Amino acid sequence: MLYTPFEIQETVDMFLRQKLDIRAITLGISLLDCASSSGTESRKRIRDKLLRIAGPLVRIGSEIEDEFGIPIINKRVSVTPIALVAAASDEADYAPWAKTLDDVAKELGIDFVGGFSALVQKGMTLGDRRLIDSIPASLAQTDRVCASVNVASTKSGINMDAVREMGRIVKEAATLTSERDGIACAKLVVFCNAPEDNPFMAGAFHGPGEGDSCLNVGVSGPGVIKAALESCRGASFDELADMIKKTAFKITRMGQLVGEEAAARLGVPFGILDLSLAPTPEVGDSVARILEEMGLESTGTHGSTAALALLTDMVKKGGVMASTSVGGLSGAFIPVSEDEGMVAAVKAGSLHIDKLEAMTCVCSVGLDMIAIPGDTSPSTISAIIADEMAIGMVNNKTTAVRLIPVPDKKAGDWAEFGGLLGGAPVMSVHNFSSEAFIARGGRIPAPIHSFRN
Amino acid sequence: MKAIISVVGSDKVGIIARVSNFLADRGINIDDISQTILEGNFVMMMMVDLSKSSEQIGPLKAELDTLGDQLGVSIAMMHERVFSAMHRI
Repeated sequence: MLYTPFEIQETVDMFLRQKLDIRAITLGISLLDCASSSGTESRKRIRDKLLRIAGPLVRIGSEIEDEFGIPIINKRVSVTPIALVAAASDEADYAPWAKTLDDVAKELGIDFVGGFSALVQKGMTLGDRRLIDSIPASLAQTDRVCASVNVASTKSGINMDAVREMGRIVKEAATLTSERDGIACAKLVVFCNAPEDNPFMAGAFHGPGEGDSCLNVGVSGPGVIKAALESCRGASFDELADMIKKTAFKITRMGQLVGEEAAARLGVPFGILDLSLAPTPEVGDSVARILEEMGLESTGTHGSTAALALLTDMVKKGGVMASTSVGGLSGAFIPVSEDEGMVAAVKAGSLHIDKLEAMTCVCSVGLDMIAIPGDTSPSTISAIIADEMAIGMVNNKTTAVRLIPVPDKKAGDWAEFGGLLGGAPVMSVHNFSSEAFIARGGRIPAPIHSFRN
Repeated sequence: MKAIISVVGSDKVGIIARVSNFLADRGINIDDISQTILEGNFVMMMMVDLSKSSEQIGPLKAELDTLGDQLGVSIAMMHERVFSAMHRI
């Protein structure tokens, strides 16, 4: 036999028992050629282009699932930040663009479209401002569109005017969807150093530096890493690290296979592979449980940051060798509502927002899917964003914030978002004001080590 | 295309016969086969050639599931390239 029974069993178990999956194949499509002085014309061009390029995406994804026996959970599309495309028109409200993206996604059976986005780390154009103002209504009126705003970068510093605006926007988006626990906020990410090729939602967009179209793949598999570590109980960190690296390598090879195959069948170049341990609310698909497997009683206790640092780095190391081009976020995500173990840790009282913030220094994204009290002020939300952006800026890494100020709910109440987004207890935030800090506006300059030219 | 079929479960008379018959009826050739009993469990791995299969892969998998249920074993089928990607550099 070409493969040993052990090898075959290992692979089969990964899929059948440990919930290994391709989280998403994300087709990035440039819409730069869809700009027009007429909004109607621009939206028509977008629609035509998406139908033409992404038309076969869902069918091809399903064919690969069947043929290879690998589950592909989501088929997604990411597009050029809409602020760049819609700016040529004189329309002030960009919600119709969001509607167009949503309509096409529904027509084609695509799960999510990312790219209702603006890149404002250094300043805002009129188009950026209009897009940001359109976010709450756009997200409230659509189901599958995801928005993101990059407000900071290591090279440019933090645009504190944009940070202030985003506090208000997050709050407004929650209010507009108050009957569904503020679900619009689950589709909105604020970034520092946003990658232009990220296949994961809600932060996916097709950066202006990308080609016309390409296929990016997001691979997940916390369950597989957890299972692998179960065989390392009591072993030293060297052994533990090596096991994570080897397992990440195997998972990534599978993603590379699917990515190349999907790209070839779609007739577009293969973009990048993003190996990110992205949890789901299902039992056995949790990043928190990996940290606990390393020897922590409950995630959030002392040692959690070190455990996560090891995990993120080893996932990257295993992934880099296994793929022709690794990109996106690659590492480990620590969302709260989407991770059964995180939710349990919050309920147990071991995990608080301050510890989560510390952990974001070493995870691959940031403060993610955290429900906070509905009466949190916009300036406090902005201040949480500012802290997270500072971590990303100074550490030269991507950080993001996806907070849901759940309308009419207070700390300890349950917020439910449904599906892959899960549900979570509302976490408390500091009650001391940051109002005067956020009111200043302007820019926090880039750190000294950004001058590497 | 080549695929790997794994059959795992409690041992009983006729598992290989039933699975092989199932494959033969559909024009699927067995290229390689290995079977053993591990800790009381029946474990069989087969490399099969689907190029002359009379059936599409989707329905084939569903039928294998049903056969597995009848035999009280778990049957999984995956593309050979998945194993090659994961275990061979």
